[in-house]
Amino acid sequence: MTDVRTPTSAAATSSPLRPLEGTRLLVLRNYVTYKSAWKLFLTGFLEPVFYLFSIGIGVGKLIHAFDLNGHAIPYAEFVAPGMLAASAFNGALMDSTFNVFFKLRYEHLYDQMLVTPLTTSDIARGEIIWGQLRGASYSLAFLVVMWAMGLVHSWWALLAFPATLLIGFAFSAVCMGLTTWMTSWQDFDKITLVQLPLFLFSGTFFPVTAFHGVLRWVVEATPLYRGVVLCRELTTGVISWESGVSVVYLVLMGAIGLLVVRRRLDSLLLT
Amino acid sequence: MPDPTSPDQTGEAMISARELRKSFTSREGVTVEAVKGIDIDVRRGEAFGFLGPNGAGKSSTMRMIAAVSPVSGGELRILGMDPSEHGPAIRSRLGVCPQEDTLDNELNVFDNLYIYGRYFGIPKREVRERAEELLDFVQLTEKARSKVEDLSGGMKRRLTIARSLINRPEILLLDEPTTGLDPQARHVLWDRLFRLKQQGVTLVITTHYMDEAEQLCDRLVVMDRGVIAAEGSPLDLIRQHSTREVAELRFPVGDHDPTAEKIADLGERVEVLPDRILVYSEDGEHVLEQVHERGLRPVATLVRRSTLEDVFLRLTGRTLVD
Amino acid sequence: MVSTRSTTDGQGSTDGVVRDDRRLSTWRGIVRQYDYWWTVYKRTWKGSVVTSFASPLFYVLAMGVLLGGFVHVSPSRLEGATSYLAFIVPGLIAAQAMQTAMFETTYPVMGALKWHKSFYAQLASPLEARDLANAMLVFTLCRIGATCGVYFLVMAPFGVFASWWGPVLAWLATMLVGMAFATWTFAFSAHIRSEASFGLIFRLGLIPLFLFSGSFFPITNLGPVLEWVARLTPLWHGVNLTRMLCLDHVDGSTALVNSVVLLAVMGSGWWVAARSLARRVAT
Repeated sequence: MTDVRTPTSAAATSSPLRPLEGTRLLVLRNYVTYKSAWKLFLTGFLEPVFYLFSIGIGVGKLIHAFDLNGHAIPYAEFVAPGMLAASAFNGALMDSTFNVFFKLRYEHLYDQMLVTPLTTSDIARGEIIWGQLRGASYSLAFLVVMWAMGLVHSWWALLAFPATLLIGFAFSAVCMGLTTWMTSWQDFDKITLVQLPLFLFSGTFFPVTAFHGVLRWVVEATPLYRGVVLCRELTTGVISWESGVSVVYLVLMGAIGLLVVRRRLDSLLLT
Repeated sequence: MPDPTSPDQTGEAMISARELRKSFTSREGVTVEAVKGIDIDVRRGEAFGFLGPNGAGKSSTMRMIAAVSPVSGGELRILGMDPSEHGPAIRSRLGVCPQEDTLDNELNVFDNLYIYGRYFGIPKREVRERAEELLDFVQLTEKARSKVEDLSGGMKRRLTIARSLINRPEILLLDEPTTGLDPQARHVLWDRLFRLKQQGVTLVITTHYMDEAEQLCDRLVVMDRGVIAAEGSPLDLIRQHSTREVAELRFPVGDHDPTAEKIADLGERVEVLPDRILVYSEDGEHVLEQVHERGLRPVATLVRRSTLEDVFLRLTGRTLVD
Repeated sequence: MVSTRSTTDGQGSTDGVVRDDRRLSTWRGIVRQYDYWWTVYKRTWKGSVVTSFASPLFYVLAMGVLLGGFVHVSPSRLEGATSYLAFIVPGLIAAQAMQTAMFETTYPVMGALKWHKSFYAQLASPLEARDLANAMLVFTLCRIGATCGVYFLVMAPFGVFASWWGPVLAWLATMLVGMAFATWTFAFSAHIRSEASFGLIFRLGLIPLFLFSGSFFPITNLGPVLEWVARLTPLWHGVNLTRMLCLDHVDGSTALVNSVVLLAVMGSGWWVAARSLARRVAT
């Protein structure tokens, strides 16, 4: 295995790393280990595309147009942004739960990093940025697919890309925080118990009008629903004040998550 | 001391191998010859050892004897049977204690024995009785309901041995039985193995601990690069391949090579190591006297009896194999 | 016959085991592992509740009930189903059989070979690779039977089944689908060295099959070319057979073709699985 640290190690011997350098090192470490898994990387992109074709097109032939802020939208155009948001969500969740748990509890990778000048903040930032890099490339590719299939009709769609980054960031931070409380693989069943309903019921496959009363109110307050609405308004160009609410919601969620992660890693690893 | 190998020569053959070979193709497509034609005879009640550095072919040989790895060439008979035809019948009469513990971490101690016993078709009640007895034998009765994960390394090893005895085997195969254990755990284990031997179980052991081989084995072979380099009782091997005593001399750094030339005639063999000179001789004290008479002043000296380790290093060399 | 010795203190040499030189019969090979698998089941069934029962119910609710509320088409466009829910439920159960089968024969096989090495421990007993494969596949069959059985029971009150005997036969059909996948996945898992390949077969095998083999929509919606591709997949045969039985819309010759295909896939897979494991443990 090549030693990725050689170029910086000389500088790192005496002085603590600056935050940017620390984060970069961790991203670089993940990149080196991930290089051999390029097949997994490529196929990860396919999953939302498969869902888009199957549900959006296959099931879409059985469904009439949906109404979005007063505009009639064909089913495929309705599902596609949902898949875009859900894919950013799924990617962030997997990266910040399974992968982080494995590194934290089994590989003891972070213990090994903390005996070097790296800090817990570097680790938190590094892992989240790494997850974002991967998520961003998937989102970009998916947007291109949507555009090629004629499912995008507005320049606003360009902003859907940063929107997916925001979704990824918010979920990475919160999920990584939750992962620090997990003790065994059995706990991942609980993750699945949250992940799957979020994926299925957050307005991804059908409008929130399917729910009534309190239930509808609950769905509208879930983070993935906010992300889906944001992406959908952007790719269809039918913007409303709801997008603004979503942006503020997700930014706050990510910031709180990041704070919790740092605290938790400190108390877990620096004992 | 009488030659301990002679009484065994008449015993019933438990394992016999003629020109036994094992080769396999590695993932890179290279054919590796792990065992290159060896002859072995193990008799009933004997404790037989395979010594050798890593990669010498010990484990491949053990796997063939355990009737789980097909023979590539030559002939192998275990309990008089051909492993390629009577694998299950042979295995029902063998006990295998592998190098890595293959205990079921999710089961408790007792269930590890119980379920394993069921693989042999032993009736439930009978397995329960045997499991209790064996836990007592390996001093784990109090741990019967503990999870395997919570056991220490020595306890796990003892449990593995208990498991390998559940079918009351006639031959017990032990691959590196005490590697990684602390001295207390090793001695407990040796004690248990010795008692098994007294009860007439044939033991086949691989090890790279020389003290273990001297403790446990009536007879052993030293394997190196897939062939047998030497064979005999521990005492025989020392007699044949080393001298009775070894004098170890330490001189100031840098003096070793010139000094060695001056004393080359004092022993049957002189070996120069980076930190000391070894003189192999029948009488170590005499060597020391001679050294002093020649006006040499070693920083430190030690006279000791030759061990199996000297034989081993002589036969297999001091360089790392892997 | 050689007399056996007691290895424990003060014990006579009574030995309840009949020792013969023949190989174990297939049946005995499986029965001897019954205690093991029963213990495994007692230990793991709780963990499988989420993946086996909760996840499928979420899909039924989301896709069948809620999305189904927006589907208003005639039964002729849903292969005879009177509602989208009635259409999707048999497909989801068949897909669940496939999923259960693949989960049970990927990581558990790799674990028994590579991590906890229980296969190697078992092989030191009179059991052979063939017996290990048989027992694990039979266990998988029981898992599929239990999971799909509960699924059918839970769905009954939704009024999606056209008769009482249909779902019973369909239950057998889902076990057949499951085993068609379990056997081949087992063979694959015994062959590969790194668990990284599982990610690939889930993403390139399981998910596309789940999404395009007629579980969610009639494969005629795929267009003529892809429709024929879908018809070639074992899952479509399973979904189709299960759905025909559940909706009481059975076409005799199609059902026969579906059953024969699934039986052939399962039979050949079983043979390959046993051989694949034997080859793996011999090296």
